[in-house]
Amino acid sequence: MEITTQEFKHCDLISIKGRVDSATAPQFAKALETANENGRFKLALDMSGLDYMSSAGFRALLAAQRNCKRYNRGEVVLVRVPDRIREALELAGFTELFKTFDDPVVAVGSF
Amino acid sequence: MPAYTFPARFEYLDEIRDVVAEIARAGGFSEKTIYFLQLAADEAASNIIEHAYAGLPDAYLSMTCEMQGDEIVITMHDTGKAFNPAGVKEPNIKANLSDRQIGGLGVYLMRKLMDTVHYESTQSGNLLTMKKRKD
Repeated sequence: MEITTQEFKHCDLISIKGRVDSATAPQFAKALETANENGRFKLALDMSGLDYMSSAGFRALLAAQRNCKRYNRGEVVLVRVPDRIREALELAGFTELFKTFDDPVVAVGSF
Repeated sequence: MPAYTFPARFEYLDEIRDVVAEIARAGGFSEKTIYFLQLAADEAASNIIEHAYAGLPDAYLSMTCEMQGDEIVITMHDTGKAFNPAGVKEPNIKANLSDRQIGGLGVYLMRKLMDTVHYESTQSGNLLTMKKRKD
């Protein structure tokens, strides 16, 4: 798994590549927590390079969404979610908890 | 039937998913279903590592995976604490953000993704059997 963060004025665009499972989810969760520790709560997660995500990744997403939305200070949005990951997120009822975007430019502009 | 034995550590989940994909692909499953079979096997193994063994060192889990007719049958055996997925409360997937439970998602996904999930706890350990018919 590889994570890169691009800081914009109003939000961070965080790109996740590879696989998020129980082995790599702590690193994924840490990257999101680090953004929060730096006072960044508006996060767009570009998932286009993501091959796989298990419920360990879903839990990290849920924790990040809770932390970001607290005090109305921000939000996590998902960008370019691969079909299979989207279907698994749907099964878990997660798609209702996150706005999704097909275009990173639109996602960044939404904040 | 060949059994694959893995150290009960998260870094072996990749290999577990690879074995499942290889056998499911040879069995003629679609790439989409292969992904979901990998996910179910990963969730099952993750639960064994996290709950049955709960960080115990030098623990192993043993997996079998084979086609039986037009069905794939995946079993996982461990000698850790009895962990009955049937006893896991189903998460409320309609709950709002603050009421969402963090736990129980893996078992929920296994049940949704597979046709049957069966759990048996015996003196020789715990045996999980999951089956899915070809689409």
